[in-house]
Amino acid sequence: MYTKDGEHYFIVDSHVHFWDGSPANQANRYGKGFVECFYDYHRNLSPDEWVWPLDKFERYSEKDLMDDLFVNGYVDKAIFQPTYLGDFYVNGFNTTEQDGAIAERHPGRFIVNGSWDPREGESGLDRLEVLAHRWNLTGVKLYTAEWRGDSKGWKLSDPWAYRYLEKCEELGIVNIHVHKGPTIYPLNRDAFDVADVDEAASAFPNLRFIVEHCGLPRLEDFCWIATQEPNVYGGLAVAMPFIHTRPRYFAQVLGELLYWLDENRLTFASDYAIWSPRWLVERFVDFQIPEDMRAEYGVLTPEIKKKILGLNAARLYGIEVPGEAALPEEPVDSGEAIGSAPVVPA
Amino acid sequence: MNTGTVAGHTTTAVWSALGAVLDPELDEPVTRLGFVHEVEVGECEAGGAVVRVVLRLPTYFCAPNFAYLMVADAADAVRAVPGVTHAEIVLCDHFAAAEINAGVAEEHGFAAAFPGEATGEPAVLRRTFQRKAYLASLDRVCGMLLARGWRPDELTTRTLADVPDSPERRRLVRRRAALGLPCDPDSVVLVDEDGVPIPSGQVTTTLRFARAVRVSIEGNAGLCTGLLRTRYGGVQEDGS
Repeated sequence: MYTKDGEHYFIVDSHVHFWDGSPANQANRYGKGFVECFYDYHRNLSPDEWVWPLDKFERYSEKDLMDDLFVNGYVDKAIFQPTYLGDFYVNGFNTTEQDGAIAERHPGRFIVNGSWDPREGESGLDRLEVLAHRWNLTGVKLYTAEWRGDSKGWKLSDPWAYRYLEKCEELGIVNIHVHKGPTIYPLNRDAFDVADVDEAASAFPNLRFIVEHCGLPRLEDFCWIATQEPNVYGGLAVAMPFIHTRPRYFAQVLGELLYWLDENRLTFASDYAIWSPRWLVERFVDFQIPEDMRAEYGVLTPEIKKKILGLNAARLYGIEVPGEAALPEEPVDSGEAIGSAPVVPA
Repeated sequence: MNTGTVAGHTTTAVWSALGAVLDPELDEPVTRLGFVHEVEVGECEAGGAVVRVVLRLPTYFCAPNFAYLMVADAADAVRAVPGVTHAEIVLCDHFAAAEINAGVAEEHGFAAAFPGEATGEPAVLRRTFQRKAYLASLDRVCGMLLARGWRPDELTTRTLADVPDSPERRRLVRRRAALGLPCDPDSVVLVDEDGVPIPSGQVTTTLRFARAVRVSIEGNAGLCTGLLRTRYGGVQEDGS
């Protein structure tokens, strides 16, 4: 919980990791390149006092995680999003089991999400069922750019992906987090194409598709899809830290998201350990749309910030919110885009 | 004329040629983005210039299709510089550098550089991003006109002749030309990516979408140049 100026903010960090990117676990140059790429994002967009040395970033401790999220980071509930990367890391980068072990040592703190890969075919469906029962899954995180042998990625609209989405419905896994790209192959397509989310969201109206980093770097394509599909949400991982380095750009991104979607379909995320929730939460609560942009984007009210920082994710995951941080009941998930979202021409 | 001067002239001409090579996704010249790490000009025995250009990108996993297009476009641009008899373009520090460099050097085309991984040449991909770049430039011009007091419904009837000469107008005309849209002064300003005039009822939505495209492209360009500086060192962000 974060409290400022008499307002209480319930914090759900919708995207956190406990990974092992250390050299001992790197299977090849791709594993080294992957964690170094993360590290450059971390170094580039974090305030100086939050930048770690590379060796700590590659493999931080359980104590770092717990302190940064819950002791110092104001987080009430954190959602583990696995990233397997079995072709890059000997034991995987960040698996459901690694996350689950931590979650079991700290009851009530975490929600454990699983994952699946449609290229595993029939046997993967059975594995998903076991995983779902073992960890009480209500969400999965899918990484469509993951390499697997000769395959360098997959799409949500693939026939086998539909089989897995049907299985999710059957198992009560309703929150489908999608990490787009860069899907590397085929090379003559846009690496960050989000069109497959559109198809899947239409085909599975009972599932929620939370697109991580709100489709960046294809913000406009994501907005266009989300305008048409009421069950598409935007996760703010990667967008959040711009609040420090490029606040005017952050205002524009948030302004566009609020215009095309609405305040009920955006969820806060730090992408820990790429960034840390403490400074993101503090700065977001203090943040306001710059004056010269307000005619276009309006202002951010405490209510909007409360929804984004925790209440929206709490609704998706059925997390109980303490009374002092809750907002009065209002109809949401009405199936219609709310507010100023435009009518999309056929 | 001594060889130093020849090399100097050629170096200037090569940089200038590279200035016309755009990152297709970010719609900015690779020179301005800092992607050109090094230009070396030597002389071969027959007297022509031998050029070696090293390109570098913000991350190890930058999309290889865009990387390929930039390396291939840089090779075409440098080979077209008068006096250049041999040009080698080297992409460094990228997971697919070997395939891209070999593919461009051998001039076998995109699909041949990545057997089994690309199902055709990247013309459609390039066009997709030319369309985005056009919408972003349309937003810049319309933003300028609205700031000068034009009403949104006026935009549908105005022509390029009505738009004051400015960097925004010149950029819009270049992007129209890239898409094959008419660029003469009596052409209507507000047309979609296929050249079809926008009806007045759709002006607001079209301009809002164009705005989102511009925000997206400019944001990506800022992120990419920031990551490049983090990766290779250089001046800090300007805080905008």
